[in-house]
Formats: sequence, structure tokens, C-alpha cells
Amino acid sequence: MSLTNEHIKQRLADKFGDQVSGFEESFGVLSFIAPKELNLKVMQFLFDDEELRFRFLTDLTAVHYPDRSGEELAVVYHLYNFQDRVRLRFKVYTATAAPQVFTATALYESANWMERETYDFFGVDFVGHPNLKRILNVDEMTYFPMRKEFPLEDPLRVDKDDEMFGR
Amino acid sequence: MARPVQYNTKVKTVEIPEGYSGEGFFATSFDRVIGLARKNSIWPLPFATSCCGIEFMATMASNYDMARFGAERMAFTPRQCDLLMVMGTIAKKMGPVLRQVYLQMAEPRWVMAVGACASSGGIFDTYSVLQGIDQVIPVDVYVPGCPPRPEAIIDGFMNIQQLVHNESLRRRHTDRYKELMTSYGIE
Repeated sequence: MSLTNEHIKQRLADKFGDQVSGFEESFGVLSFIAPKELNLKVMQFLFDDEELRFRFLTDLTAVHYPDRSGEELAVVYHLYNFQDRVRLRFKVYTATAAPQVFTATALYESANWMERETYDFFGVDFVGHPNLKRILNVDEMTYFPMRKEFPLEDPLRVDKDDEMFGR
Repeated sequence: MARPVQYNTKVKTVEIPEGYSGEGFFATSFDRVIGLARKNSIWPLPFATSCCGIEFMATMASNYDMARFGAERMAFTPRQCDLLMVMGTIAKKMGPVLRQVYLQMAEPRWVMAVGACASSGGIFDTYSVLQGIDQVIPVDVYVPGCPPRPEAIIDGFMNIQQLVHNESLRRRHTDRYKELMTSYGIE
């Protein structure tokens, strides 16, 4: 019997009780929310369990929800089970004021660059990451460009020559 | 009957520069002779990062044939080149690389910004893109277009040729030139 979303949900609920919440399914992929302190425990459980076997981290990114005060940043993990070909997605929320989230690099090697990218664009501070520095943008950049905290015309820009662009 | 071995009869020659000539001698100034030689054998260094580079390939190929201007000798080492042709979007992270390439070129050197992105950032009005390469290196000729047609690139190239031809050999020792270099922080 292949792994069904109901079964994964049941196993997670048995293990973590009501600490995991927000279960929903979109395009056949199960999604849920975990507290950020538990992100490693949840991933370790999903990795180690002989039935679940989510041993591949497909994607890791963040989303900025400026209206959710106290939990503005969502870090999204996409996991994959190669044997049963099942995908899974879960989110942890953190505040922009304290964007510390434990790193997944010890469990998944592929998290290394993806966490650097997430730090680069959203400023999520992955605690324990071996080399957390900017990966795509210039090192001198002082802000996190993908956060929704800038007016559409970015006032921090000093490189645009107004004379040539009719402003 | 036609000759079995043909040779090219359509050889283009350039005008003799102004000077004094007589029986067995010709005298003119170094400026004119060296300008003439440089103008007709510019060695370009293509720095192509995106679609303008594809147009440049067409410019170099047989249809448009930049070799007609004596510029068929591409070199992918800045040490041997006179003309830096920057074609395409330059990200801010690429800025120092471009500058390094420019610094490695020996004097005299010229720079051509091909296309909207190299000239002004183009449509990429964003935090990660350099808004025109003239923020990091001095530019001699800007070619507009997104991307420019090969004719436009050739037109820009011919403008570079005019600069090379008419430039005084001492220009690069003038105060104005030194001031320009200093404004870019180049020794």
C-alpha cells in the first residue's frame, strides 16, 4: 500500500499532537504548519521514520506576510519521498524582529545553499548554518530585497541617475 | 579563357594621410600614421552576457562581417585588446569583474556599451542590476537598442574608429583624461 496523505497526517498527529496544525491539501500535496522550535524534530521524524522516509529536501524558501504581526516570515520546506514518490510541504513562522530558525543542513546537505539564498533575500537567520552569508547579491547590500517592506519605488536606491530617466 | 587561379581584385585601400611626398620619401606625422593603423586593426574583446551578444554574433558572422573593418581578430584576453565591447545586462555582482577586465587592458583602450542594459540598465530597474556600465568604467560610445540591430553595432564601431583615427597620441597624458580616470578611481 502506498503512502497516503491521511496516513502521514495521522502519523504526525500521533507524534506531535496539536503542536502541528493547519493541515491542508492542494494539488494533492499535504501541507501543514509546525512551531519553529520544532522544525528539526519534525524533519528528523519525517526523515527517520521507516514508513515516511522523506529523505530529500526539494526546496526551501521563505514568504513574507507583512500583515501577520509577530510571525511575518514563513519558512517553507518541500520534502520528497523517493520510494513512494510522495511530496510534502510544511511551514514554520517567525518574526522579522527575531528571525532565528534552526538550520536543516545537518539533516539535508541541499539545505546549505537554499538557506543562504533565503537569508540573502528574506533575512532569515539560520542558527547553526556553517557559512551563512549572501549568495546571489553583492556582499555590500544592507537590506533584504524580497521583503515586502519597501515602497514600489525603492527609496534606498542611489544608483539610478534621475537626470536620464525623467524623474 | 579565364585564368585558372583567381586572386582578389577587390582589395580596399585607405587614403594616404596628409603629408609631404617626393622622390623616394614620404613625410607625415606619427599621429596620422598610427591613428590610421590602429583604426583599421582594432582588436575587440567581446564581453557578452545576454541577448545583445547574440546580435554581436550576427555582426561578426559573414552577413554583416565586421572583418571588413579590420576587426576580425577577437581576443578573449584583455591584455591584447584595444576595444572592450560590453553587450548585455551587467549585474552589480558582475561590476567588479568588468572593471577588472578593463583594468587589465593596456592603453590605449576604448569601451563601447552595446544595448540599453549596458548603457543604462534598460528594463532591469531593480536592486541587483548595474544601472549602466559607466558607473564603474568610462564609456566612449553608447549603442542604443534592445537589442540593437547589427547595423547599429557597426555604426557604433565606426564611431569608435573615428575616435581612434582622430585621437591625439598625447590625449591619454592630458589632465582632462587623468581627471576622468581619477573620477573612476583608476590610477
